[in-house]
Amino acid sequence: MSRRIHPSVAGAQPFQLAERDPEAPLFESAEGQERLQAVLSRYPTKQAALLPLLGYANELHGWVSKQDMESIAERLDLTPAYVWSVASFYTMYNKHPIGRHFIQVCTNISCHLNGAQRVLERFLEETGTRPGETSEDGRYTVIEAECLGACGFATAVQINDEYHENVTPERVSQILAGLDGNGS
Amino acid sequence: MAYPYRDDRETTTVLSRHMGEPEARTLSGWLERGGYEALGTALEMEPDEITEIVKESGLRGRGGAGFPTGMKWGFMPKENGRAHYLCCNADESEPGAFKDREIMRWTPHLMIEGCLIAARAIRAGHVYIYVRGEFFPVVRVLNQAVVEAYEAGYIGRSVLGSGWSCDITVHLGAGAYIAGEETGLMSSLMGGRAEPWMKPPFPAARGIFGAPTTVNNVETLASVPGIVANGSAWYRQWGSDESPGTKLWCCSGHLVKPGNYELELGVPLSEIIYDVCGGAPDGKRVRAVIPGGSSTPFLTADELDCETTYEGMQAAGSSLGTASPIVMDESTCLLSAMRRIAQFYAHESCGQCVQCREGTEWIAKILRRIEDGDGEMKDIDTLYDLCEQLTGRTICVLADSVVFPLRSSLDKFRDEYESHIQQDACTAT
Repeated sequence: MSRRIHPSVAGAQPFQLAERDPEAPLFESAEGQERLQAVLSRYPTKQAALLPLLGYANELHGWVSKQDMESIAERLDLTPAYVWSVASFYTMYNKHPIGRHFIQVCTNISCHLNGAQRVLERFLEETGTRPGETSEDGRYTVIEAECLGACGFATAVQINDEYHENVTPERVSQILAGLDGNGS
Repeated sequence: MAYPYRDDRETTTVLSRHMGEPEARTLSGWLERGGYEALGTALEMEPDEITEIVKESGLRGRGGAGFPTGMKWGFMPKENGRAHYLCCNADESEPGAFKDREIMRWTPHLMIEGCLIAARAIRAGHVYIYVRGEFFPVVRVLNQAVVEAYEAGYIGRSVLGSGWSCDITVHLGAGAYIAGEETGLMSSLMGGRAEPWMKPPFPAARGIFGAPTTVNNVETLASVPGIVANGSAWYRQWGSDESPGTKLWCCSGHLVKPGNYELELGVPLSEIIYDVCGGAPDGKRVRAVIPGGSSTPFLTADELDCETTYEGMQAAGSSLGTASPIVMDESTCLLSAMRRIAQFYAHESCGQCVQCREGTEWIAKILRRIEDGDGEMKDIDTLYDLCEQLTGRTICVLADSVVFPLRSSLDKFRDEYESHIQQDACTAT
């Protein structure tokens, strides 16, 4: 986190990470200020910084809270209602906390043809969750995703910021074991 | 995995030539491969000369619509001293398409070079690369390349000492298909919901931040350095008069060798599916193909001998789209496949236009009902009626995009619908 981020890419940092700190201040820190200023420097309007900053909140906290939206609204001279109207349009900003491993299984056409439904079911079975719900131990949230843009490598699964391709039901337990191996 | 797959037609590897070579991602590796030489050439040219070469090359937009790129650039105002913008559309999200991510993750500098040359041609001082949010592994590679190029003076103030300045900013989307539509992209980039807007005004007159803007697809821009370095005649050695050049194909579904292939435009579709991709696995027969990504009309197995040019695919009753054939073998329930496609468009409708917001949802629900065995024969008429209601009545073409596969599947595979409705049984084998 301490590495200085070039302004040209400050608004394009991966924002679904396993490492999160839900309690970290958004802008009341040197890093938060640096990110805010770097993003603002790239656009002629403050409003254009909205998506990058929603992404930053998601990156830092794992989700975007009402408080985050208010804080962003204040920095960009927007109303909280406007920020909510935009945040709610985009599926990737989590509107509530999610499990440490956020598992998104593509079930769109090319994956559908290659058995994605069974992959999704296996992930749900093995994690003991229902779609969108977080497991009791806080480890997993599994959702059905729209096309992930990896159609030639069906079934595509995204776990936090990583892609897993050519996933079959048989590979699911191995993939989950690999995640736990990274510690939680 | 050997990735991307290599076709033996070496002559057509223009865009994909250095894919699979990790060193090509770095600036030094890219320079060793002749990178940024075309930028040097472009810096010695006047903006309109660059546009002219691209016009002569016949390059057409690779995002699906196939609009001539040079002509699009020509719409931009010629005056200096006012902000102009280039948006690189890297929001690849058409189901079936996965080519832009390959360009960005293997050869990010090729795209950056294309962005810079295009920016010079349209007199833009700032390029926004709008990358779809899910592409985190890709954006890491791209970000690294942009920063390296900045630090070496290829981007920023007085590019390579030429006196011409251009910034590049990478911008991440957040999961909205409609942000790939050019006006939706611009709405999103300015910090709004990705809602498309009516044209006119066209982006070249009024785009982002009220300024003249051009939106080009990743593959389009990645094609530009080769054209500027080698000339328009070089590019026209491939393809047809109306559809020159090469194209990255994204082949998915039921195939022995799915993946990306770069091919000259015009290769028969059947050759791509059977010879290049090995046909359907396990000796099964192909039942249907959606040739250009999920928003294009279905072709039956008997209709695959078409020429894969923009005009050839149109003559065959479909569309080249993003050149992303989704192949379905004889075991495929086409009703279920169509339902899944419709579900996607219902999910992705931005909700501005009633026909689209309600219509896409209706289509998905009716198809689901038929799939569940509760369909009635009149549902077929209702679906045809919805095709009428959803065509050409909305701000953007998302509604039309679901009609193309739906209407063609009703026309060509009506027995599938009737079998589900009357016997609760699929015609797939």
